[in-house]
Amino acid sequence: MPQKTIRQALNEALKLEMRRDPRVVIMGEDVTGGAGTGVDDAWGGAFGVTKGILGEFGRSRILDTPITESAFVGAAAGAAATGLRPVAEIMFVDFMGVCLDQLMNQAAKFRYMFGGKAVTPMVLRATFGAGRRSAAQHSQALYSMFTHVPGLKVVIPSNAYDAKGLLIQAIRDDDPVIFLEHKLMYDDKADVPDGAYTVPFGEANVVREGKHATIIAIGRMVKLAEAAATSLAKQGIEVAIVDPRTTSPLDEDSIIEMAEETGRVVIVDESNPRCSVASDISSIIAEKAFDALEAPIVKVTAPHAPVPYAPSLEDVYVPSTERIEAAVLKVMGKKA
Amino acid sequence: MTERIHAVTMPRWGMVMTEGQVSGWLANEGAEVHSGQEVVEIETTKITNVMEAAASGVLRRQVAQPGTVAPCGAIIGVIAAPDVPEAEIDAFVAEFQSRFEVSAEAHDTGPKARIVEAGAHRLNVLSLGEGGGTPIVLVHGFGGDMSSWMFNQAELAQGRIVHALDLPAHGGSSIADVSGGPRQFASAVVALLDALNIPKAHLVGHSLGGAIGLIMAGRHADRLASLTLIAPGGIGPEISVEFLRGFAAAEKRKEMKEILGLLLADPDQVSRDMVVTSLKYKRLDGVPEALQSLLASMLDGDKQKAGLREILTTTKVPAQIIWGAEDRIIPASQVRGLPAHIPVHILSNVGHMPMMEAAAEVTKLIGEHVARNGG
Repeated sequence: MPQKTIRQALNEALKLEMRRDPRVVIMGEDVTGGAGTGVDDAWGGAFGVTKGILGEFGRSRILDTPITESAFVGAAAGAAATGLRPVAEIMFVDFMGVCLDQLMNQAAKFRYMFGGKAVTPMVLRATFGAGRRSAAQHSQALYSMFTHVPGLKVVIPSNAYDAKGLLIQAIRDDDPVIFLEHKLMYDDKADVPDGAYTVPFGEANVVREGKHATIIAIGRMVKLAEAAATSLAKQGIEVAIVDPRTTSPLDEDSIIEMAEETGRVVIVDESNPRCSVASDISSIIAEKAFDALEAPIVKVTAPHAPVPYAPSLEDVYVPSTERIEAAVLKVMGKKA
Repeated sequence: MTERIHAVTMPRWGMVMTEGQVSGWLANEGAEVHSGQEVVEIETTKITNVMEAAASGVLRRQVAQPGTVAPCGAIIGVIAAPDVPEAEIDAFVAEFQSRFEVSAEAHDTGPKARIVEAGAHRLNVLSLGEGGGTPIVLVHGFGGDMSSWMFNQAELAQGRIVHALDLPAHGGSSIADVSGGPRQFASAVVALLDALNIPKAHLVGHSLGGAIGLIMAGRHADRLASLTLIAPGGIGPEISVEFLRGFAAAEKRKEMKEILGLLLADPDQVSRDMVVTSLKYKRLDGVPEALQSLLASMLDGDKQKAGLREILTTTKVPAQIIWGAEDRIIPASQVRGLPAHIPVHILSNVGHMPMMEAAAEVTKLIGEHVARNGG
């Protein structure tokens, strides 16, 4: 099977769905990727994901918008409610602040407030995550905020196979979906089929099985957890890894099953720790699998602070493989 | 002196295996072992398999302890004559390891499957081995793929080419309308033989693949040198619709794990990789519909459309049957009353996947049947 990057996988998903369904359109800032160069599609969007789409589908299907998230996210919600299936792109998830009403009070509520008679099949793609020296306003991991809002679905792929299948599923879904892509992962490769396929929402991926402890990790943290697990295996510690893939809906069954299997749980999440996906998962396990726990749950997260610009600080801000390993040793009752 | 010392190495089973875990030794250090004896259990991503000794002597070293993960080709044990000095064994291991580390990077590419145009279908085919012997063609069952044969194919490919294929709308083959069912598949396999310029082959078919083999024996007997049917479909009415419909419907990891458990005598042998591979296959656009239409062609209510049993009585193609005594998909009792000239091997403690659950034995039975019928 061909190896593809997350960037290629997302590009294929967009093209396959645009070919399959003429209602699928793209809108966002510089998504045709040529502004200022005088050349159309010079680089395929800020992160190169929409490369080649302008050439194949033309400007009626992919629309460059002004730098006004409040306008084009509202336009996407309206287009979705009236028959299109828009994929809007916000360059950095941090900019959600300016279009939150369109999302939280409008798109998320249409189905509910119109008694199921309206659907809002829109996808909002955005990059997230620290590690690129982009400072506090361009580095956040805000999925916990969206997970909090009923009516939104929240997707965070951790590899190229999932990225393609989850984006196709998101486009075919009739509800608003927030689709978050980690900036540092676009070049990560995996085996990705050429054809279309879907990865269902609310179905966690058991990345690895292991009998001693369970790591639940999200997005880029899955990769770090895998590195930690490989290192721990050399010390004879077998760690299971669960990747929820979507935080709304959340696959509680798999999380509880894997927590019960080992009785020792580490949750790894690069977002801030208060009222977060990590604290949510922790509370679910504490409520539903308490009797199976052999040790207190340990969370590995960023601190309750903005992402620092100073490289030396940013490097210790984001959870690391070493911190994950130490947390596993802690739930195992061993000294790091 | 080195011919008196033999390395036991981590095998490479199938295309995707790069490493394996020693799950347990079946012979103690110092025990006498003979060639063909089961000496070590290896855990792969699919299922645990036993490896046989390739040489006779004394198991002098268990280089890899249970739990150790080693790359394919790495030394995991040493078999040698009893009088070889200890120091010589140590030197052999050290030398093997230093050579292996140097060459490991050059050898990390396994065999690759390719797409063959076979009539209306584009079929994914893995071909192993070389030599003038009549080729063997391996045909998997419903919802499966060529990896069903990962423990058998390389071993069978001595002095001949062995082709393992993915059926239409299965594995890496193109997704197509397969409402024609087993008969359509039989035509596709004949088209594949044509495309590969194979006038005659030994066919090994598992389950649905067995039904395909029987149809070919009925219509294209001239293309078959022999037939090995492993838990074949089509010779009796009983079949587990719980498995067939469950596999076609399963979308979640847990459901799929339970369904796949029905395939094996020991359901705990179902690995994460088997579950993930099956789910990934079923998520492809068009596959659920293809499986449903395939089922419609195979089933009549809750029974399979049998109708192929007579072919075993009339065909001139020499056939043998292998079945697991604990098969929960198609019961082994269907062999009762078959013509006496057909050899039947019922394997105890084996479910619906004998070629994986009792890999060495099934490989041996296939090899012997092939040798008896023109080689």
